[in-house]
Amino acid sequence: MSRDLQLAWRHPDEAVLTVAFFALVASLFPLGIGAEPQLLARIGPGVIWVGALLAAFLALPGLFAADYADGSLEQMTLSPHPALGWASGKIAAHWIVSGLPLTVLSPLIGLQYGLTPDTLAVEAASLLVGTPVLSLLGGACAALALGARGGGMLLALLALPLFVPILIFGAGAAEAQATGLSPAPHLSLLGAGLIASAVGLPWAVGAAVRIAVD
Amino acid sequence: MNWFYFSSPSTFYGLAGRLAPPSFILAAVLAAAGLYLGLGVAPTDAQQGAVYRVIFIHVPTAWMSMFLYFVMACYCALTLVFNTRLSAMMARAIAPTGAMFTFVALWTGAFWGRPTWGTYWVWDARLTSELVLLFLYFGYMALANAFEDPRRGDRASALLAIIGVVNLPIIYFSVQWWNTLHQGSSVSFKGTSMHVTMLAGMLVMSFSAWMYAIGATLVRVRAVILERERRAQWVRDLGAA
Repeated sequence: MSRDLQLAWRHPDEAVLTVAFFALVASLFPLGIGAEPQLLARIGPGVIWVGALLAAFLALPGLFAADYADGSLEQMTLSPHPALGWASGKIAAHWIVSGLPLTVLSPLIGLQYGLTPDTLAVEAASLLVGTPVLSLLGGACAALALGARGGGMLLALLALPLFVPILIFGAGAAEAQATGLSPAPHLSLLGAGLIASAVGLPWAVGAAVRIAVD
Repeated sequence: MNWFYFSSPSTFYGLAGRLAPPSFILAAVLAAAGLYLGLGVAPTDAQQGAVYRVIFIHVPTAWMSMFLYFVMACYCALTLVFNTRLSAMMARAIAPTGAMFTFVALWTGAFWGRPTWGTYWVWDARLTSELVLLFLYFGYMALANAFEDPRRGDRASALLAIIGVVNLPIIYFSVQWWNTLHQGSSVSFKGTSMHVTMLAGMLVMSFSAWMYAIGATLVRVRAVILERERRAQWVRDLGAA
């Protein structure tokens, strides 16, 4: 994990690109749909979530591709360290360079959409819990699609349907807060999703990488 | 008795060839009986009129869409755990039929929803999760065929299918967990809230769908076996004969 972070730190353009993409997508909607304040406040939470989801998705192909190409992935599977360890490490590194910056930036984007402060807080909280799940699910799909024909499109077909529940609950939390309901059920479900996927998916990522390098 | 006799593609090829035609015949007979019961005998519903009769297609296909995914995932688990060849071929053979049933369930649901709910599609929990199931089938098939080495496609797609199993309980319980437009089930092991001929028609149609799924899977698995084993001696002998 520290190696991945170091690599990301030395080439910060990729993380910056992810964040810039997120900000751009979020800014396209007011321009395309119209800038009435009520409309923006209504669609804001959903747009931010879709933007975060797409940004996390676009960062996926790079998660394993370079290590697969230069053989370090194979070295990792041969190393004495358990697959669970380095798989979790790589996913955590992916989240730190994609999910975390988006979470930090989301209140700023939310302000552009005229969301109220407590909605902003719930939105950021839902992103904080939800984006790691995206990294975990996406990591498993990226590992499965290593070396497959049809690269990016295939990855989209695999990952995006699995992202759907996270999107629903994530956007639902901020939505509920904005309409005066409690966001707690949505956040609890997201948290349950995070725990379940944190337990199961690093193992699946390890298995998928093993299949890929065999 | 050797339980593993038919786990070899060459022996299963013959068995599948013998089992497929009776399955199709049974499917056709049951479908004729089920449609007669459903369209001719079953009484018209007091609230929905004749529109409800779409359930004779909709419910069996929806059941099969989930059940086939479960069967496919079981074959996938066998593939990953025991590294068997035939189980992966069976999983590949099931997927298109499962996707077809999922699509028909969504399609007939849309045609039922138009006169009853007033809309073809709503973003209801059950409809959304069933749509996700359709994309899982598509993703499985795409991933299985995305590699030069078919064995790698088998194992990668098997893992994907197993991850996707999470979706099945979501579909099944969605009408209880979320209070949305799609109504709950009228059938349970404790009894039913339906007229008895309606239930009979639906069950007969379900068995018909089941038989069709078995027949279609067996025919397809024969094609997969031939394609995979085309360099094996027994397939060459088959071609020469």
